[in-house]
Order: sequence, then structure tokens, then C-alpha cells
Amino acid sequence: MNTPAEFSTLMIGVFAILITATVIARLIKARTGTTELVENLIARINAWWGMVALLAIAMIAGKTGVVILFTLISFAALREFLTLTTKRRADHYALLVSFFIVLPLQYILIWTNWYGMYSIFIPVYVFLLLPIVAVLRGDTENFLVRIAETQWGLMVCVFAASHVPALIMLEIPGFEGKNVLLIAFLVVTVQISDVLQYVWGKIFGKRKIAPKLSPSKTWEGFLGGVLSASLIGAGLWWMTPFTPLQAFALALMSTLLGFFGGLVMSAIKRDKGVKDWGHLIAGHGGFVDRLDSVVFSAPIFFHVVRYFWSVA
Amino acid sequence: MFDYKKHLLAPLTGSAITLFARLVTAVRGVWEGCEPVARQRVYFANHGSNGDFVLVWTVLPPALRAQTRPVAGSDYWLNTPLKAFVGRDVFRAVLIDRNPETRTLDPVGQMAEALEQGDSLILFPEGTRNTGDDLLLPFKPGLFHLAQKYPDVDLVPTWIDNLTSVMPKGEVIPVPLLCSVTFGDPLRIRDGENKLEFITRAEDALRALGQEVQS
Repeated sequence: MNTPAEFSTLMIGVFAILITATVIARLIKARTGTTELVENLIARINAWWGMVALLAIAMIAGKTGVVILFTLISFAALREFLTLTTKRRADHYALLVSFFIVLPLQYILIWTNWYGMYSIFIPVYVFLLLPIVAVLRGDTENFLVRIAETQWGLMVCVFAASHVPALIMLEIPGFEGKNVLLIAFLVVTVQISDVLQYVWGKIFGKRKIAPKLSPSKTWEGFLGGVLSASLIGAGLWWMTPFTPLQAFALALMSTLLGFFGGLVMSAIKRDKGVKDWGHLIAGHGGFVDRLDSVVFSAPIFFHVVRYFWSVA
Repeated sequence: MFDYKKHLLAPLTGSAITLFARLVTAVRGVWEGCEPVARQRVYFANHGSNGDFVLVWTVLPPALRAQTRPVAGSDYWLNTPLKAFVGRDVFRAVLIDRNPETRTLDPVGQMAEALEQGDSLILFPEGTRNTGDDLLLPFKPGLFHLAQKYPDVDLVPTWIDNLTSVMPKGEVIPVPLLCSVTFGDPLRIRDGENKLEFITRAEDALRALGQEVQS
């Protein structure tokens, strides 16, 4: 329950940003009246308040809190992902196993800090065993597509997402008891990059960067957002085990991965003919819409920090 | 004497069932062709799973829910005491005997009785769960008889999407997947419209709604 002092400083900063954003959105509304853009902006900001509150409570509760929160997030994300994948009646058991055995087991492995198992459980064991569960029902139609899409859902929504709470278990000399700040660093830089890409794009956006995948993304939004978020990441070095330059490099790596992760997930949405993954986070769409960038950056951020900074 | 079963146990069970439906399906009501207002209606929906009317019931605002009764087969809902409690006391279902050989009450008469009392209905005009690849099975004529007898009641095509993937026929444990319930433009019978014309029009309206939701 004892959160490091840096956590309070960070939260004051985050609340200051949210209050400023809320005030600015209300001012825009007072000036331009009710437009779709401003309503969406207000809905987004309100959802941010909720997400920040949940994440903060989980972090204050410590390891168990963060593991439980991400178990629930993975559940909501997997539910959205598997809604869109190819499946048939014969996949019923494979899907039940994914939700009610694979997902909780992955987080139990994270909670017990069994690194050797949680790193290979889904990529190796589930990869081999789940198609066996599916094949026993004898339905071969679209078989490869069905098992491949289900495995992909588990990799993205469970395996990759579970690397966020896994950061708590890294043992970094001189950083004991402060690991929750690694999660805060990753989530804040990647999410602020998404927000800043949106802001830079709305203000300066001209040249489309990927018109087929995501018509609203521009070069100006991409460069402005990623660079300013990486500078903010560098400015957060005091709450990490990194030097300012290292913090910048890690933030740059994470925000780039986050950006391209967003493109990959957009491509899947286009392929499946939907605009959003879900509807549960007002203004943002679904959980996967909000999580895509974090999911794509978390495992690599985890392994880089583990390789260069951790002793175990 | 306080009827704890009716006033306490039934509403609590109802809340537990809708909460469970939301946890599994995060079901969303889409009011496309009409508003969720207190008008007398027959919601006629596609049928692929025993949970179908639970989803429609869940997305109705509580005030409408209290006045809306599903029409369901008594063979299924009366065969255990638990199901009988849920069917009769929680959902206040209009339980009809689908077997013409054994039935003592006329199903259309039972539905008419509920409409006379001012209630709305949730009806599955296909009559049985659709397990094939076609969007809809041919409708039974009950909807026509209701439309003819109650021309002022709105007939709302209602498309329940994705619940058959959550719980295919014969499976016991549901897979968590997102579902939606879409309400289309209300239908009324036209002057001089015969049974075949009306039933075809109702089928087409629901099929078109389903195609639109799935595209």
C-alpha cells in the first residue's frame, strides 16, 4: 500500500492536465455551441477521468490491484476481439478455454512471477494445445483461419497486455518498491502520444500518412505527437531508473511501437468492416481501441528494461 | 401477507439475470426505427438461442421492461420448478403450448389477453430456434392474427445479433462476445392486406434489418 512519493507528484501533474483539458473543452463548447466534435472531445475527456481513476486506484492497491485490473481489461478486450473473428459452432470449447482457462492462468502466472512460464504459456502451450481442442470437433471449414484468428486474439489481448502488470515484478537495483512507476511511465507516454497525435493532427494535420488504413492520421500528427510525447517521457526520468536520454529513447521506442500498433489494429478493423472495436468507452470506442498502442509497446518495453536494467 | 417470492425474489432474480447478460455480452440496444417510449408494442425478433428474450428484456428501460412480456414455449419453461419460477414470476412470460395436439388454450388468445391488459409482447414468429444458415425461418401466422385484431399496436422488427455465437443450441456455458439488439421501423397491417402479404412483409422487414446489422 505504500506508493512511492514520485507517484503523488505524477498524479498531481495528470490531474492538472485533465482539469485543463476539461476547462478548455467547456470553453470551446461555450464558444462554438454543441457540435459533434466538441461532444466527442468532452466524452473522451470524461472517459479519461474514469480511466485515470481506475488505474490510480489499482496502482495504489499495488501488485494485486494492477493484476486484477489488467485481468478485467484483457477480458473486455478479448470479448471485443473474438466477436469479430471467424468462428463456428465447433469452436465453442476452444473459445471457452480461451476465456475461462487461458486468460486467468496467464494472470496467475504473472502474479506468481513465474517468468519462464508466462513468457511461453500462450505462444507455445496454447498455440499447440488450442487447435487440438478445436480439431476434436471435426469441423474443417475455415479451420486455419479460425484457429489463427483466435490465437492472434489471445496474443494481443492477453499475452501482450499482461506484460504491463509484469513490469511490477522486475527487480531493478536501487528501484525496489517503485516498480509501479514503470507502468505509469509506459502508460502515460504511450497514451499521451495518442492524445498529442490527435491534437497535432487536428491543428496542423495536412498530409495523410496512411489514407487507406486510418484517414484521420497525418504526418504532422504522427511526428508532432511522437516527438512531443517522447520529450515528455524524457521529462519524466526522475520517476524511473533511467537517465533523461534513456527515458527519451525508451519513450520514443514505445510511442513508435504504439503508433504502428494502432495502424495494425486499424487494418484489422477495416478488414472486418467495423469502425470501432466496441462501444463501452464513450468517445473512444472499445477497450481495444484505447489499448492498441499500449499492447504493442508493453512486451518490448518489458524485455528491453528487463535485459538492460533488471537483475532477474 | 407479504409475497416475498413475487416482490423480492423475482425482481432480484431479474436484476441478477440482466447483470449476467451484460457481463457476458455487454449488450447494447440500438433504437433505429423507433424510440424507447411507453407505447403498446409487439417486438417480433429472430430466434436462435434460449437467451434471446433475456437480451431484448435487458436493453429495454426498466419502466418498459415492467410492461413487456415474452411469449415462450411452455414445454421448455415449465419442465423444472426453477425454470417455471423464472418464466412465470421473473419474466411474466406468456407461456404457450406449441403442440396443437395437447394444447387446451389458444396461443393467439393468450397473447391477446396480455395485450388487453395493456402489456407489450416479445414474440419469436419463427416459432422455434433457427440453427441453419438462413437468416430467418418462415414465420408462423400468429403475428398476422394479432396485427388484425389490434391494428393500433406497433409491431417492431427486432434483430438480436450474435447471441447464437455466445450460446449455440445444445451448449450450456456461454462464450463472452458482444451482442446487440436493434429495433427497426414499426409495422402496422394495411387495409385489405391478407395473411400471406402481411407475413411476407414482416419477414422482409426483419430480414432487411438483420442484413443491415450484419453488414
